[in-house]
Amino acid sequence: MIALIDYGAGNLTSVRKALTALGADFTVPASTDVCARASGIIVPGVGHFAATAALEGEWLQAIRSAVAGGMPLLGICLGMQWLFDGSDEAPEVRGLGVIHGRIAKLQNDPERRLKVPHVGWNALDFRSSNAPGARTPRLFEDLPSGAQVYFTHSYAAPVTDECVASTAHANTFSSVVERDNVFGVQFHPEKSGSAGLQILRNFLKVQRC
Amino acid sequence: MLTKRIIACLDVRDGQVVKGVQFQQLRHAGDPGELARRYNVEGIDEVVVLDITATLESRQALARTINAVAQEIFLPLTVGGGIRSEDDAAAAIDAGADKVSLNTAALRGPELITTLARRYGSQAVIVAIDAKRQGDGFGVFVRSGTTDAARDAVEWARQAESRGAGEILLTSMDRDGTKAGFDCEMTAAVSDAVNIPVIASGGAGTFDHFTDVFTRGRADAALAASIFHYAESSVSDLKRHLRQHGIPVRL
Repeated sequence: MIALIDYGAGNLTSVRKALTALGADFTVPASTDVCARASGIIVPGVGHFAATAALEGEWLQAIRSAVAGGMPLLGICLGMQWLFDGSDEAPEVRGLGVIHGRIAKLQNDPERRLKVPHVGWNALDFRSSNAPGARTPRLFEDLPSGAQVYFTHSYAAPVTDECVASTAHANTFSSVVERDNVFGVQFHPEKSGSAGLQILRNFLKVQRC
Repeated sequence: MLTKRIIACLDVRDGQVVKGVQFQQLRHAGDPGELARRYNVEGIDEVVVLDITATLESRQALARTINAVAQEIFLPLTVGGGIRSEDDAAAAIDAGADKVSLNTAALRGPELITTLARRYGSQAVIVAIDAKRQGDGFGVFVRSGTTDAARDAVEWARQAESRGAGEILLTSMDRDGTKAGFDCEMTAAVSDAVNIPVIASGGAGTFDHFTDVFTRGRADAALAASIFHYAESSVSDLKRHLRQHGIPVRL
């Protein structure tokens, strides 16, 4: 059973609806002990990084220890940003810190009419690895590079080693990260039509039996 | 590259989609859930549900409509019409809306924009501006276009942005339902004045009108109703046309 974490940040209804449509077994836990027993954890979210302050303390500890034990974790939008050390948007709030780096404000470019917030459908550019034996990132099964997904955000993660897809706006940022059992997507799979549902379906395949 | 969005608008009264001309002469256009399903298959990028009566009795019907549309599509969904308070916005978002569109209430008390942006984030707050040409400028109208607000559309859009709005939905009342084309001058004037996305609305009649509003009008998104409702044109044909004319779209 997937634990879908409710910390009062926005898109819980939409994520719940998408998981229901996919036939996923999930719960919105009222207490942190469910994290240790789940088959996977999803941290949704949309809006200001300060909202993740509600996760500091008990939830952060429970999620960190589940992830250290191999539990698959998916962060969506603000939930992805929370996987990092912190964000310039709310420097006083600590992130989970399972992926190193800092969330920074997106750049705009008035001459090219590229605005912030970055709102709308943009492409996922898969970052192919040339390493021998490199495998397709697990969230991208049955999905072509260049797939269009729906974004709405003003802050984003830098392109680091964990970046498996990037997206170009005025600057290029990490739109999907993967490290071991931890995944993050900057866009909204629950609002990205069939491509988004495929990514959620791929995460459901990763969950523990 | 960020694509230009095509948004379908469902004007809803008593649970049914209706459409008028210049905000008058409403006629029946179908069931909201069914229309949303068709647009989704055709590749629409977003859906807006506008409650055009917004009386107390229609409130519960609206929640049912939002739910019915949200069951059909996994796309961004905006709800507007009669959102006067934080509670109204919360009810729409709880029913499945991702964004709320504020109009009269935002002009009367712009602090509502800030309150909602703090609670849900700016991306969830659209300020809708209904405007008409007045001399050299563009005047804002409220109460479903019946009352002159004595405000300039460009100045109000700027203020809405500074209050925390995440997008501007700009409707030309002169063009609404006429199929005479978007008001590109007005759209460009507002788009140049703000740094947030501008959705152009009112007047879509041909595919070239969309090309115009994305080039001359400098719109980030275009919203239409009549052209799609009566199955005159499909969203997918429109998008292929735009791509042929060099406009980036999701296909």
